[in-house]
Parts: sequence; C-alpha cells; structure tokens
Amino acid sequence: MRNDSRTFISLANLHRNFDEVNAGLSPADAMDEANRCLYCYDAPCIQACPTGINIPSFIKKIASDNLKGSATTIMDANPVGASCARVCPTEELCEGACVLNHSTKPIMIGDLQRYATDWAIKNEQILFKAGDKNGLSVGIIGGGPAGLSAARELARLGYEVTIYEAKPKAGGLNTYGIVSFRLPQEVAQWEVDQVEKLGVQIKTNSIVGEDISVSEILQTYDSVILAVGMSKGSMLQIEGEQLKGVHDAIQFVEDSKTKEITGDLIGKRVVVIGAGNTAIDAATCSVRLGAENVKILYRRSQNEMTAYEFEYEFAKQDNVEFRWLTAPTRLIGDSEGQVRQLECIKMELGEPDKGGRRRPVPVEGSEFIIEVDAVIKAIGQTRYLNLMDAFRLENHKGVVKINLETYQTSNPKVYAVGDFIFGEGQGEAMVVSAAQHGKKAAYAIHQQLKKSIIETA
Amino acid sequence: MADLRSNLAGIESPNPFWLASAPPTNSGYQVQRAFEAGWGGAVWKTLGEPIINTSSRFAAISFNGKKVAGFNNIELITDRPLEVNLKEIYETKKRFPKHAIIASLMVEPTREKWHEIVKRVEAIGVDGLELNFGCPHGMAERGMGAASGQQPDLVESQTMWVKEVAQTPVIVKLTPNITDITMTALAATRGGADAISMINTINSLAGVDLNTWNTIPHVAGKGAHGGYCGPAVKPIALNMVAECARNANINIPISGIGGISNWQDAAEYLLMGATNVQICTAAMHHGFSIVEDMIDGLNNYLDGKGILSVTDLIGKSVEKYSNWGNLDLNYRTVARINTDVCINCNKCHIACEDTAHQCIDMLTDSTGNKYLEVREVDCVGCNLCAIVCPEEGAINMIELPREKMAMTWNQRQHALASLRG
Repeated sequence: MRNDSRTFISLANLHRNFDEVNAGLSPADAMDEANRCLYCYDAPCIQACPTGINIPSFIKKIASDNLKGSATTIMDANPVGASCARVCPTEELCEGACVLNHSTKPIMIGDLQRYATDWAIKNEQILFKAGDKNGLSVGIIGGGPAGLSAARELARLGYEVTIYEAKPKAGGLNTYGIVSFRLPQEVAQWEVDQVEKLGVQIKTNSIVGEDISVSEILQTYDSVILAVGMSKGSMLQIEGEQLKGVHDAIQFVEDSKTKEITGDLIGKRVVVIGAGNTAIDAATCSVRLGAENVKILYRRSQNEMTAYEFEYEFAKQDNVEFRWLTAPTRLIGDSEGQVRQLECIKMELGEPDKGGRRRPVPVEGSEFIIEVDAVIKAIGQTRYLNLMDAFRLENHKGVVKINLETYQTSNPKVYAVGDFIFGEGQGEAMVVSAAQHGKKAAYAIHQQLKKSIIETA
Repeated sequence: MADLRSNLAGIESPNPFWLASAPPTNSGYQVQRAFEAGWGGAVWKTLGEPIINTSSRFAAISFNGKKVAGFNNIELITDRPLEVNLKEIYETKKRFPKHAIIASLMVEPTREKWHEIVKRVEAIGVDGLELNFGCPHGMAERGMGAASGQQPDLVESQTMWVKEVAQTPVIVKLTPNITDITMTALAATRGGADAISMINTINSLAGVDLNTWNTIPHVAGKGAHGGYCGPAVKPIALNMVAECARNANINIPISGIGGISNWQDAAEYLLMGATNVQICTAAMHHGFSIVEDMIDGLNNYLDGKGILSVTDLIGKSVEKYSNWGNLDLNYRTVARINTDVCINCNKCHIACEDTAHQCIDMLTDSTGNKYLEVREVDCVGCNLCAIVCPEEGAINMIELPREKMAMTWNQRQHALASLRG
C-alpha cells in the first residue's frame, strides 16, 4: 500500500507527476547560499569537479548579481553544465569536497549552478562565440554530452563541426535517458541550442553505417570523434523475456520523455531489475505512472548498488521497495503472453570478483514467486561493438583502447569519448565525465592538427 | 543582578540605554512604547522651527546579503509644531517619571533664539537638553546643526548661551564631520557643557542606482548628502569617544553614539569612556524590543564578571588607548594554525601570499593530507590570516616570549637623541 504522505502522485493527472521535482532556489535563497560560500583559494570543489568548473567564481558572481557571468563561468568549463546541475552526484563531487563539510554544512553547489544556468535559459542568453574558421573539419558521431562538449570546444577553436545523431534530437542521455522530473528536455535542448548557435551542424536521424558510411566519414573529416554512448539494454538471458509487459529500462524512460503518457501502469505491480542509476529512474517513473507497487530487485546488497545515495533516497521517498540479494530466474506469462509472475532466487555474497565486488551466489532451493504486471530490465547496456569494428579500432574485452590523456584510439585520426569508452575499469559513467572527455578530445585534436593550420594559413 | 542604573551629568535613568534623537523619538506615542519596552531614556527628536521633510528619506547598505550594515538618512529635525511636541513630552514624562527625557534642540546660532527655546522646553519639564550641533544635512545649509558644530567658537558660544539660562544638564552633541573631534569637544567644555554626546551622523551618499543612475535615495531624480550611521560607523565613533575620553582637558561625561547594535557594543563604549549610550539604527532595523537583550546581556556580562554596577565599567579601557608612539616595538605575536580545527579553505594562505607577508605555506604530509603552516620567522603578527579565517579557533595569534625589553618609538627616539648628546 502506498504511503501518500511521501511523494504526492496524481492519478488524475499523470503529466503533473513528471514536472521537475526540485523547484530550484528562490532569488533570496540563492543569494543567501552564495554569500555563505567562503571563496576558498585552490578550492577543493574545483578539483572535485571532473570538468573543473571554477565554482567559487561562479558563486561569487551570483552574489554580485552577475548571473550572465556566473552562467558563462559554468558553461565555459562544462558545455552541459545546466544538465549537470541537476544530475551530478554532487555529494560525491563538488559538495562532498566543500570545506564546510568540516564546519557547518556544504554549500548547495548543484542548486546554485542550476540557479545561474536557469537564468541563462530563461533569458535566452548565447554565452559563447565560434572562433574564426581555421579551414579544418571534425565529424562527431553522437550528439550526447561528450559529443556536444567536443563540438562546442572545437567550434570555439574555429573548426567546422558536424554531429551525426541517430535520434530525432541531440542531447543523448540528457534528452532521452534521464527522467523528466529530474531533467526536463528543455534544459538539454538549450545546451544543444548553445552548440548549434556556434555553427555546429547537427544531422539528426543519421545513423553512421546506414545513412552515411564509415569510410565516407573518415574521408570527409580531418578528425573524427566517436561519442555514441551505449547501445540497447542488456538481456537477462532468462526464460520469458519476450513476454508482453517486459520492458527495457532505457526505452521505458525514453518513452516517458517522448511519447504520450498513458495510464497503462495505473494500479499495476512493477518490478525493476537492477540497482543502478537507470533502475532508479525506471522505478520512480513507474511510481509516477500510477503503479500501485514498485519493487527493485538486486542480486547483490545495498553496499554494491551503483545508484547514488541521493537516488536511493529519492526512490525511498517514492515508496519504492528494495529487495536485496534477489535475482530473477524466470518470467512466467499468461495465455495472452502477458507477464504475470516473476520467479526469483535468493542470493548470498561469495568471494570478491575482479572488480573487488563480492560475487552473488544463488542459495539453492530458495526460489520464490513475485506476482507482477510489468518487469523493467535495468541491468546495464550493450556496446556498439559493430562501430568499433567498422572503424577497425583496437579494443580490450570489447572496450575501445584509448590514450587516457588524449582519447585518441588506435587510429590516430579517430578519438573516442563518453560512455562508449566506459568499462573494464576505464572511465566513469557520469554526464560530467563525458563532458570532460569531449573537451579533452577537442583540445587533443587541436594539438594534433594545429600544425597543419599554420602550414595552410 | 547587577545595578544598571545610569547617571549622566546628573541625568538619571534605569539603564544606560537611551534612544538617540532621531525618527524613533519623533512622538509621545513612540517614546512611550520605547519606555514600555525597557529603554532607559530618550532624546526627543530635535525641536526647533518646524521644517518640511522630503519624501524618500532613508537608504541602507547591505553587505554580503546582510541588511543595514550602514544606514543613511536625509530626514531633518521635527516637522511638528513645538507646542505639540512639548505637550507630548509632558504627557510622557508624567507617565514615566523615572525614565530620562532629554530634549534635543536646534535653532539659529543667536543668543536670543537659544534662550527662548531653552526656557520654553524646560518649562514643561525635561531631564536635560542636548544641543544638536551635528546634523550634517539640510539644516547645515541653513547655518545650523553641523554647520555651527564644525566651528569650535560657535560651539563654545552657543553652549555658553544655553548655560546662561538652562536649569537642567546640557549635553552638546558633536559632529564627526571634522578633522579632530577633540577640538569641538574642548570648545563645548569651555562653553560649560555638562556632557558631550557623539557621534552624530557622517556625511554620506548611500549609493547610485545602476539602472536609473539616480542617487540612493533620490527625491524626484535629485539627491543630496545624508548622514551615515549604523553598524558600519561604530569603529569611527568609538575612536572619537576614546579620543575625547583620554583627553585630560575634556573632563565631562560622554554619551556614546554610533552603530551600537547590542549589549556588547554598548559595553565597549562604556569601557572606552562613555557613561551611557544612545541607539537609533538598531531600533529602526528591529523595533524597540531589542533593548530587552541589551539589558539582559549586559546584566549577565556584569554578573559573570562579578561587577556590581554598570558604572564600574566606565572608562576601564581608556588608559589602554594611547598614541602609536607609545606602542612597544619589541612586542611580538605570530599566527599559529591549529590543523585539527582548520578546514583547509586556504583563505589565510592567499590573503598572506597576495596581500601581506608571504609566510603561510600550503603543504602536504606523508599521508597526502594537505595542511597549512605559518613560517613564524617571517610572520609579522599582522592578524590578517586570523581575520579572514572562517573557522573559530583555527588560527590563534600567539604572544612570543619577550626577547628584548619593551621599547616604544618615543623611547627609542628619546634614547637616540640622548646618545647624540
């Protein structure tokens, strides 16, 4: 039974449930909070930000009512800084490093960052200018955070930049993969708009390998960046996965942002499998679609969960139930082919695996059944191995090999950034890290190519 | 419970907290509310020939989000007829016989005018008079207020004229808009004043509106300088009180005014030689009830120190205030950082590195933890690091053991002169 004293869910107006949860700071709150910032020297918050935003500087600018300057400081370091203000695990990054953790309470850096960027969005500011054209061009495959970030920096350096985006809109995960009530599409689209205003051409609905060949890409551009992210959700590899009512979490979230909201889940029992960021999004999304009961099943324990603490808290506020050390073994449908039951097995933690996390081991004979109306799979995503092959890039266990400083692949003309390079201990799957990859790849390309600019000039 | 009763040149009040002559003491209604709230006395808003005030009168300075760090006004003396004020003074005094009511006065600098107003006001019964020689705006353009208060001879003669007829103690309120306030304080003393009060407000322009480019405040697009007061002026006023208190020729009591916001400020004024204090901005910011903590806090402070009467605080720090030439050049303090308390904001480092003596190092220990350390040999004990440090107790200024005997600049120059023969 849902305890409605927590999050209020409207069953009459489901759209309302998808309004952004966090209302943002009022001008007075923002001013108070900005004035609380100590303006540290060599501030640890800057070091803790993967994109190195000059946080004390942007906060000082809020305090002096220089909101354009504040937004510019943020977006200069992080081309998707408005999205990151909402989705960054700030308590593990900037706010976690704030010296006031040792004194009073940390500055609400994420909220202040949102305050400044919201101002820029609302006031339709264009914060950056393209550099003088240097005659060179870069093709970027993928218009998500990493691709946009690289494009923005390259355009400022004078490159002719073209982004190939498979979806109808750019923005990647920010546009399609994070629930609206945490990150509305308008925010991600403003960031896309900022990049386009620098003259970056974004070819949407363009799939490399289908709409344009890899060889054409390689021939057309002086340099190429692969920023394609991850592919479809992984399969559970258990019986019944094809049943109706079994969803892929990434697609489930995307549908909630792109399709008409329906009442299909009202009163239903939903089980989400997995306990990562997207699992939380899928679970809280289900709650907002009117589901009567939402459970998250995870084969390991809370300690191994990859969702952030704030996400876990958010899900609990939404009354999402967590079933630790539980793995699905079989999906059981009815005569209509609709999933009705989920067979599970209890797990226990065994020896640590290579990644240092204790491996879950099934407890023999502990199978049990959960009655369900829908199952959402959120156990990770597959890779675009085909693209890696098409570009003939060296890889290690399916993860593309890169120079960790320059993001250059085994093909000197090709760089790879963002979630595409994540895995096997390489990189971090955060929007903010992807943004930094994009910037660094852009600078590395400039280092590599600027010699030819001088020669041709 | 300490004895808070106060006596300024014979004017008695239940405590040393008076409302200064200003908007809060404009009417009987207000002063009676103030006395109900606990204020010990009130200096009635300056009486004189009624004037016409402008609309838009006050402005304030916010600092880092804190409202009313400083306050500016262009309001003049009372704009109500003298008879009305006198009637209300009478009624108020009748209701609160033990509270001090002082009439602030301002007239043209002639003997007749002063005699006339002193007689009229004393006739209805006040505990004392305060001569407003300080109001810096408006009235000064008509030769009154600060205009007469900036000329020691006018201060002296006007005080004398008042004293010729006054039956109650006469307080002369001084303007800070002068190079050396002891000059006018001495003039008041020569004129026979029973006490002096300081400071009146400081010439000020609160700001300029960045959208309209108008002054703040403005009256139909035009501005004129106002008088500055509030917390920001306290150090200026405290120095002026202290300079007068330590001047042997100014041997009359002082009523301290300027940026007093709480009992602590008040206690500092008392220690620096004020017999009582007058307050305005704090009341305008928060209402009359703030006096409750002023009384309570001062009482608890005195009890905590085992001091029986507030009068025992008066002037206790005056002897510690001197000329720079009497400061010991061989005294040494250095900053010391308590790394257990330090939160590593590095504000001390950058303040010292950029703007002081480059003696705070940012270091990393063997386990990779960052810490700050003062190179004491290079530290001059300027206090800047401790001032900018946000964490109480993280930086302490430590007195170093004396290596050389005390030697002031004056002693040094004297010794050098005697060596030269």
